[in-house]
Amino acid sequence: MVATETDDGHVTARRRRSFGGWVRFGLWCLVWGATAVILLPVLDLGWISAVTIATFIASMTCYWGAYITKRVARSVLAIGIVASAVFFMVRLLPGNPVDVAIARLTAEGVPYEQAAAQAAAFYSFDASAPLWQQYLEYMWALLNGDFGTTLTHVPVLEKIGHHLPWTLFSVGIALIISVSIGLFLGMVMAYRRGGAIDHTISAVGSALHAIPNYLMALMIVVVGGVQLKLFTLADIRGTYTAGQTPGLTMEFIQDALYHATLPVLAYVLTTVGTWALIMKASTTQALGEDYVMVARARGLSGGRIGTMYVGRNAVLPLVAQIATQAGFVVGGAIFVEIIFAYNGVGYALYSALNDRDYALIQGLLLVITITVVFANLIADLSYGLLDPRIRTVGDKEDS
Amino acid sequence: MSTLTPSPGVPRHGILYRLTRNKVGVAGFIIVGAIVVMTVVAPLLLSTTVPSDAQNTWSGPSTEHWLGTDNTGKDVLHQMLVGGGTVLFVGLVAAGITTVIAVVLGSLAAYLRGPIDTFLLQVTDIVMTIPQIVLLAVLGAFFQLTSPTVLAVLIGCLSWPILMRSIRAQVLSLKEREFVEAAKLLDLGTPRIVFVEIVPNMAGYILINFIIAVTNAIYALVGMYVLGLAPLAGANWGIMIRKAWTYGAMSLPEGTLYMMAPVAMIALLQLGLIMLTRSLEEVFNPRLAEG
Repeated sequence: MVATETDDGHVTARRRRSFGGWVRFGLWCLVWGATAVILLPVLDLGWISAVTIATFIASMTCYWGAYITKRVARSVLAIGIVASAVFFMVRLLPGNPVDVAIARLTAEGVPYEQAAAQAAAFYSFDASAPLWQQYLEYMWALLNGDFGTTLTHVPVLEKIGHHLPWTLFSVGIALIISVSIGLFLGMVMAYRRGGAIDHTISAVGSALHAIPNYLMALMIVVVGGVQLKLFTLADIRGTYTAGQTPGLTMEFIQDALYHATLPVLAYVLTTVGTWALIMKASTTQALGEDYVMVARARGLSGGRIGTMYVGRNAVLPLVAQIATQAGFVVGGAIFVEIIFAYNGVGYALYSALNDRDYALIQGLLLVITITVVFANLIADLSYGLLDPRIRTVGDKEDS
Repeated sequence: MSTLTPSPGVPRHGILYRLTRNKVGVAGFIIVGAIVVMTVVAPLLLSTTVPSDAQNTWSGPSTEHWLGTDNTGKDVLHQMLVGGGTVLFVGLVAAGITTVIAVVLGSLAAYLRGPIDTFLLQVTDIVMTIPQIVLLAVLGAFFQLTSPTVLAVLIGCLSWPILMRSIRAQVLSLKEREFVEAAKLLDLGTPRIVFVEIVPNMAGYILINFIIAVTNAIYALVGMYVLGLAPLAGANWGIMIRKAWTYGAMSLPEGTLYMMAPVAMIALLQLGLIMLTRSLEEVFNPRLAEG
């Protein structure tokens, strides 16, 4: 909007826009309906996938300009490329698992045709079909939520459904705790720059940051469990005590929290220093801004300046960081979960790797990537919500 | 830091003075230096294969075995001394590969802009969303990673995007400077302008990021060993941790040292490297030190 525009101009512009909005929304509904009709009865896709894809295509065609649409499109592209890469990795590279499986079966005396069929059943594609057809079938199966079956003949998606919540639970709690502590410490450090608190937290924080999370987990086991005998490893290992029935009972939640303590501790200890240091840097910058001085001059209370003026602005750069960190923590979770025998995706991936359960490995790799892509997406979108400046920049770019 | 007076003979603004100004950085130098010297010298003095002693398994610290022995009676101290080679080698090679890829792609993307830049940014976007450790673990399971060199190359090829982005940002601002303009007018050609005129200006920045890349590579490598996805032949700190873990060293009081010795070495090395970057920052970015 140009600054010289009168109020009248504003109003008409807004009206025109909202009118366009309705037309556009109508078009969106039309495209949505058409796609859904093609997908559901004609192509026989599952309804969840159909609704998702219809929404996606309709938004792509009608709301292409919007920041959210572009951002979602980028995420979908990333997931698509990872899915394709997994396909070609499993199928094409020398020494790929399909060839290995066929070779193993033929060595055991199974005729080649039968061996190929068995291998194809595992990876849910037909080895004799041309490659592009295999690829399309694989992608189509993925769209349907069909990730193949594990070696124990459980659908991969169902298996992952048992593990993913635990990782999200433990990593989520750890992220909340370490971000809150980190924010607090970082603000304290920035207010007391150069003091003893600042130096101590800086030193301890960077020391903790330098130690890999799996070594931290091992140290927790050795120091806390064996030397100080704060807990018995045999009891606290695992996701919940054997014999407990999962459910929303007080007892079970307590038990789950108890078992999550050690992984959460390992994640928090290795990440809290980073948060504190980032927060210190951005708070220091915010403290030097003019509006803080104005707020002081107006005689606002220190607490109000700290939360409303400094804190809110200092937190902004951290939101983008949370996304990259979330990905890193989920990736690093594989180590920590194994050490504590915590039954999340990392642990599942590890046992899948050991059993050579390729279908499950494929599925887990995809699901972990999707999780990280979503974390990034949510962080990016919430960044726009928190900081209005980002939104206006986006609008200018598009119009 | 102002309390540290320069020792006589060291010029106040020489590189040596700035290197030694930051106490944390000096400590980092000493730690890393000691570990590197130990890793290089130990195999010359001691045999690289540690003799096992079946009579003397899981013994605690004694005058003969300072840090005790492991499940096959091998001396822990001996293993610890000769076990750093692979870790350092893979760390350096992987970081070297990452840095080279990141610098070449990052500076070219920023200098040329246009479709190449857009494409490379999109590629980094995608590579960054795949958790590196997970991908490494999967690759390790699909394809037998037989040698540390292969591991180093793999780690190096997976971890360049983040560094590439920051190099790109640096070049974007550097290329607006007059000397780049002058080089363009002299028609020196893109490769020469980018790699002879622009890149040397970021030497310090690149070196610091190289060291950070070393710590990341060591994190990934040791993680692979701890998971048992890298070849367990030979002896290095990662393999020691793996073996200590699988043979239940942490539940035996005598085994604690077997597990903690390599853990401490890796933690120290990582810590030393991070601390070392502090000093380097003061050398290459003196304005930081004054603030």
